[in-house]
Amino acid sequence: MADEKKFAGYICTGCGIGERLDAGQLETIATRDGKMQSCKQHEMLCSQEGVKMIRDDIANEGVTHIMIAACSRRAKVEAFNFTDVAMSRANLREGVIWVRPDSDENRETTQEMADDYIRMAAAEVKFMIQPSGSREQELNKQILVVGGGITGMTAALESAAAGYPVHIVEKNAALGGHAAGYYKSIPTRSPYADPQDTGVKQMIADIEANDGITVHLNSMVAKTEGAPGRFNVEIATESGSSQSVSFGAIIQATGFKLYDPSALPQYAYDKSADIVTNEELEGLVMQAGGGPVKRPSDGKEVKSVAFVQNVGQNSTEENQLPYHSGIGDMIAIKQAMYFKELNGDCDTTILFDNLRTPGAAGEDFYRAGQQKMITFSKGAVTEVVPGSTLEVKFKDLILNDDATMQCDLVVLDVGMMPNTGPDPYAQLAVEEAEDEAEKEKARALLENAPPSILNLDYRQGTDLPHLKYGFTDSHFICFPYETRRTGIYAAGPTRRPMDMRQAADDAAGAAMKAIQAAENAGKGRAAHPRSGDLSFPSFRKEGCTQCKRCTVECPFGAINEDEKSYPMFNEARCRRCGTCMGACPVRVISFENYSVDTVGQQIKNVEVPEEWDEKPRILVLACENDAYPALDQAAMNGVEITQWARVIPIRCLGSISLSWVTDSLNNGYDGIVLMGCQKGDDYQCHFVKGSEMGLERMSKVGDTLQTLNLEPERVASYEVAITDIQRAPKLINDMAETVEKIGMSPFKF
Amino acid sequence: MTELNTAMVEQYRNSFLQEVEANVEEGEWVKMCMQCGVCAGSCPLGNAWEHPPQEIFMMIRAGKREAVLSSDSMWMCTSCYNCIARCPRGLPITHIMHGLAHYAQRLGLVPKNQPTQKFAQKFWQNLNKKGRVNELKLGLSLYFMNGFGEGVKTSLKMKDIGLGMLKTKRMAVNEAFGGHGVKDLSGFQKIMKKAHELEDARIQKSGN
Repeated sequence: MADEKKFAGYICTGCGIGERLDAGQLETIATRDGKMQSCKQHEMLCSQEGVKMIRDDIANEGVTHIMIAACSRRAKVEAFNFTDVAMSRANLREGVIWVRPDSDENRETTQEMADDYIRMAAAEVKFMIQPSGSREQELNKQILVVGGGITGMTAALESAAAGYPVHIVEKNAALGGHAAGYYKSIPTRSPYADPQDTGVKQMIADIEANDGITVHLNSMVAKTEGAPGRFNVEIATESGSSQSVSFGAIIQATGFKLYDPSALPQYAYDKSADIVTNEELEGLVMQAGGGPVKRPSDGKEVKSVAFVQNVGQNSTEENQLPYHSGIGDMIAIKQAMYFKELNGDCDTTILFDNLRTPGAAGEDFYRAGQQKMITFSKGAVTEVVPGSTLEVKFKDLILNDDATMQCDLVVLDVGMMPNTGPDPYAQLAVEEAEDEAEKEKARALLENAPPSILNLDYRQGTDLPHLKYGFTDSHFICFPYETRRTGIYAAGPTRRPMDMRQAADDAAGAAMKAIQAAENAGKGRAAHPRSGDLSFPSFRKEGCTQCKRCTVECPFGAINEDEKSYPMFNEARCRRCGTCMGACPVRVISFENYSVDTVGQQIKNVEVPEEWDEKPRILVLACENDAYPALDQAAMNGVEITQWARVIPIRCLGSISLSWVTDSLNNGYDGIVLMGCQKGDDYQCHFVKGSEMGLERMSKVGDTLQTLNLEPERVASYEVAITDIQRAPKLINDMAETVEKIGMSPFKF
Repeated sequence: MTELNTAMVEQYRNSFLQEVEANVEEGEWVKMCMQCGVCAGSCPLGNAWEHPPQEIFMMIRAGKREAVLSSDSMWMCTSCYNCIARCPRGLPITHIMHGLAHYAQRLGLVPKNQPTQKFAQKFWQNLNKKGRVNELKLGLSLYFMNGFGEGVKTSLKMKDIGLGMLKTKRMAVNEAFGGHGVKDLSGFQKIMKKAHELEDARIQKSGN
């Protein structure tokens, strides 16, 4: 690419743009105000012919920066895919003609809107550089899998099958995890009538026979440093030796542990050897070696067994699990079938409150259990009385009376708890607690934190952040495997309670993501959600005050600090949300294609009319993931947006620099609307914490307004979802009404 | 039939459900109930029953033998088939109700003076005599079911309807005396005898 910059504008007159707007005037604006060295019109820019026109200019005229004035930047991305030049898009279709009525009295303001978008796009592209990638690393195809259970083994086999070598680090002496100790598993194939082989032995054999998989038994991850594509991991064995291996990506498949029912005296778990958890029963059945199951206390063959469901789960009580593992009833049916198979004429009763047998497979398995004469009683167990014959007291919830039953063995359905490391933000939670009780709770969490699993050498803690109840953070619909540490994927019950089949599916998904992350890192590309973005944050060291805001606020812990507290960006760990950029009080952080200037210049280049023109200007900074597409969709649906609005897409609310707000107010904008995604535990922010950081920052904007002597209503921030097709335009129109009420800004020049 | 009752108690000491499976018409379906309660909610007479079907099924599984068999709930079923139409598990609930009633009757556990049971008994006896139902006799026997005085009272009350039916030849008075039967009465009786034998053999078999 030539060193000299050459700017070219292209105006599409298709889709009604030419009929509604004066394209000649737009062209003049682009060259006169926007300083485009050339500007061309085309009646259908996204057509082969139109694209060829642009391509020819790039090839023959040495064009390096292009401004395309056509539809939304979210439309026609395949056609307008010019990877060798910097590009900005002026949204004349969804942003202007589709949100404004086609009438004579609106013609002038609609044209002004379009003019401004041309100015904005021209200003933006001037401050953009075509990102060239960090060229920081090479492709490292090796994948690390932490944990050798069903999830870990599946992830390893899947990765290896795809041609990516794997190392498994397992803390125990053998592979297989919990499942290795199970007699059989819940069926995964039609007719879903009988428990099936766990397949663990076969998997272990497959792994041993696979040249692409290296297994480290009795081992732990002692230290992890680096970033996707160049993770350096120290694998330490129990015997004390250790080795360093480098990886492209990591899958954490550390599984689960089970709830200890001894905290619940009513089940007398520690009072009798014949009261066992569902996992302990698997051990008893394995011990029986295909013969009848005998009870632990006296070796008597079990003739009747009671399964007590939902022990310490789905509860609001202290020291119990607030969630339900969801698979306990399927396990109980499976285990009751063991007794039907091995113990002949054995009475099996499942005492449930809500039987959860999800899906068609679950229903078939339930029916199969009923066919096999397993008794299902809807009853809440109140007490288990130990003795040579155990007595289970329960309230029959159908017949509404107190009942008891005698049996030889009681099996408790206990829930799954994640095997995760300490929450890196546990310390922060203590500091940020609002009252003493909350602080105490946070402190207890911090003190009882489990040992680290990954031992990440990151500025923001040693392990994957948690969401709730100790499970790793992920968005269960939009990006299930993503964690808040790029290139490290959580899979299996460490993410949420699940059975073996789900864990295997989960592992396959995580393996795909890990492979993708390694490949992306090799090319210097961003991972989800800005997949493929080659830009990365850089900072001007001379300006940096070492305030650490960026290293603290980065939602992905991507930024480390050097010994002088300067930020050290790890490009491959970065998701390109720009939260660091928004956080930086001295504005030294920027991306090649997204910076304080690319947005700031758009704000400055909007023409703000004099006060007596009575044409207010409302700046809308809309998140490109949810709010901006919502506005695009609103446009497609013909929802009107006020002619005073000027919308700028931003990567994330977290990337908003306070200077944009102060500058626009100083420039005479009358109102500002900020749109990010939902924050909190049920967040929808694609950058997890970005919108939360942004909204937090904006909550302090009141001070700025006060010093400017402006009304606080002039700035409003909202959480907007992609489905808010009616609401998002309304929020903007509301601001127009507010401005009408409180009057124009006094800062017009 | 109490002898049979004792035998059955002995045989199925631990599992009333198995007893129902083996001896009650469609009884093998009882274990498939998933306790959703749709039948109980669908029954138009539900609030008149002591135990709706859902509860009856639960009681069978809970081994409440006496309570189930001496209950009058299954006798209250009017065969509207709402429950069968709605059961998500496809249980033939109406048929199971009648099966249970029949089984209770065999074992002699039906509550005394259960009107539906009495009617059923009269219907059966009436049918057995001539191989067809004698409507006049069946009607009269129902009028006099609860004593002579009440019978006369009911008859007088129904007088006008009776006369109307006579006039329009909907009722024949001579049916009250003997009445006509099927063509081959002895053949019919043979069929019934054989059916009894088969039924007894079945119960005997399951009882052993």
